[in-house]
Amino acid sequence: MRVRNGISILFGLVLAIAGMGAASAQQTIKVAYTDPLSGPFAQVGDANLKQMQYIIDFINAKGGALGKKFELVPFDNKSQPSDALIALKSATDQNMPFIMQCSGSNIAAALIDGVNKHNDRNPDNRIIYLNCGAVAPELTNEQCSFWHFRFDLHAAMKAEVMVRALPKDTTKVYLINQDYLFGQSVQRELKTYLAKLRPDVQIVGDELIPLGKIKDFSPYITKIKASGAQALMTGNWGPDMNLLIKAGIDAGADLRYYTFYAHLAGGPTAIGAAGENRVLSVMPFSENVSVETGNKEAEAFTKGFRDKHKFDFTSAGFRTIFEYLQAAVNKAGSLDATKIAYALEGMSIRDFLGFETTMRKADHQLIGEYFVGTFKKGVKYDAEGTGLGWATETTILAKDIDQPNSCKMKRP
Amino acid sequence: MEVLVVSLLNGLVYGMLLFMLASGLTLIFSMMGVLNFAHASVYMLGAYFAYTISLYVGFWPALILAPLLCGLIGAAIEMWGLRRVHRHGHVAELLLTFGLALIIEKVVQMTWGLLPVPYRIPELLDFPLFRVYGTQFPAYRAFMLLISALMFGAIWLGLRRTRVGLVIQAALTHPEMASALGHNVPRIFTLVFAAGTALAGLAGVIGGNYQVTEPAMAFTMGPIVFVVVVFGGLGSLAGCFIASILMGLVQTFAVVFDVSLADLLAKFGIAVTSSTPFAEVLNVTLPRVGALLPFLLMVLILVFRPRGLMGTRDT
Repeated sequence: MRVRNGISILFGLVLAIAGMGAASAQQTIKVAYTDPLSGPFAQVGDANLKQMQYIIDFINAKGGALGKKFELVPFDNKSQPSDALIALKSATDQNMPFIMQCSGSNIAAALIDGVNKHNDRNPDNRIIYLNCGAVAPELTNEQCSFWHFRFDLHAAMKAEVMVRALPKDTTKVYLINQDYLFGQSVQRELKTYLAKLRPDVQIVGDELIPLGKIKDFSPYITKIKASGAQALMTGNWGPDMNLLIKAGIDAGADLRYYTFYAHLAGGPTAIGAAGENRVLSVMPFSENVSVETGNKEAEAFTKGFRDKHKFDFTSAGFRTIFEYLQAAVNKAGSLDATKIAYALEGMSIRDFLGFETTMRKADHQLIGEYFVGTFKKGVKYDAEGTGLGWATETTILAKDIDQPNSCKMKRP
Repeated sequence: MEVLVVSLLNGLVYGMLLFMLASGLTLIFSMMGVLNFAHASVYMLGAYFAYTISLYVGFWPALILAPLLCGLIGAAIEMWGLRRVHRHGHVAELLLTFGLALIIEKVVQMTWGLLPVPYRIPELLDFPLFRVYGTQFPAYRAFMLLISALMFGAIWLGLRRTRVGLVIQAALTHPEMASALGHNVPRIFTLVFAAGTALAGLAGVIGGNYQVTEPAMAFTMGPIVFVVVVFGGLGSLAGCFIASILMGLVQTFAVVFDVSLADLLAKFGIAVTSSTPFAEVLNVTLPRVGALLPFLLMVLILVFRPRGLMGTRDT
């Protein structure tokens, strides 16, 4: 008898908890977030999660949307497209209006496909995919979808930013990229924009290296030096970037290193003080931008994160995503994904750094400002405790990177 | 000429780093017949230990302490791991070390995190030693060359010219006889394994700040070290030395020569156009596949001379 009582109490408890869950589901706007939260790239997902949480708390403190608060629901995808699709299924099962994903264009492609199919089949339970960092240009061109919104520049735009940041007196550049899809597209786009924007620049070397196989980059540096290059442009990441820059500095090569990823997790630590004034990175945000532009409010916002967490607030730009969501949900007046998507496209917002941004209607690609930072001493906020940080060398405004697209958008 | 000289130096430095790593592996293999998969993991541990120790007492004590620590770990692995699975044969030993490699990687990730750690070369050695045609040659590389040369000499002399070396060789070829003469054979095995792992640790101390200390460093160094050992001949110290230098030079010079098979064919009057079969493959330049050449060499030597360059056994 006692046992049965215990079971029924337990059962009642479970019901009560489930009920609470259902009740709270109506009170918050859930955003599913899927990225690697375990495995070799867990650090990336984990850092993103903490930064987004900080941003969401801030947005909620400013009223959320429609009187409701945003809630982030993390799903581990282990860097696997199949796991990301499982996350999508869970999100749609729980009627979440948004799913967000940042790393891996292969995963993004699978998600776009999955979201398209789901939304076709379930007109009453649609979901919007927020892309916060998968950069293959195809995703907003050939593969573009009404349900997909990209909040980071794609690889071709980033390449253009890098080319535009090249100083006038640099006339000889060397390209080194990893021999796989991303590296090859960076190589192609850099060449395209160099030819278009800087016909005076001569490409004195163009090299593809096997991904993650090179342990010693000194021979490449010898070759680069012999070519007379003044700048090295590379899409390399991880050890392929760190070892390349280290080898160059060791050999005392008089080079500037233009990268896409030196500012991200582990880059500043691996490069160290020797990279001063030599290493540059194309980035959507740096904590020193608000200091340089004298934007006290933005600085207070980013400083709040540093005080709370031990690491750099590299992704403060995600705040723009949630400001778009806030505005779009309020404009749509409901949590219906179709209405929100219509509200989002074509929307313009002045972001928290004070720059104009637009979610392009034609391809759902965010066009906003981008920065090229130099790694140097004497900045207010240093990177990864190295004493050196990113000082903005060039700011590229939205209007300068408004590249054409080939998207044929199908609207419901 | 400029490129040639600088590349020669680069190749030598890289080859010597490979040798530091491979010598411990070949020592263990030639003495005990154990193919130690965890060898590159101990190399990584050496780098991380050196980083942590150097935070407190500086680089120079770390240069001694970190390899000792790695040696102790090696001794523990031998006493409580390998000795137990030894009677089940080589496959069991191999699997044990393979498992250890995975565990060590996970432990490193959990202890020091997934990102690189700021392990830097000591200030005393942080200056360019000389310049060749405008390219700096850092003092630290000369230091690496010195350490690995000393290491080669010490192992060679230790095994050939000392009493300890003789006892070790005796215990390994005739364990029963050595044991009957009053030598503690299990302890000798432990010592050899510990010495091998300590050498890997030393390579880690030197290589960790030369390259980048991060959890993937074991995985990236592991395969190439096996290539060196197999190519040089399993169990041959001299072969290992030659193979290391050769691999260093091959990889370095592969980057410098911008040629493809198509260029070679052109010499014989055969022009490769986009309509030629396999045009894609023929146009791949040497630098793009340079990092894979050592593996090609390994396959070739396994086909034509299975014992390796200077190996004594066909294993």
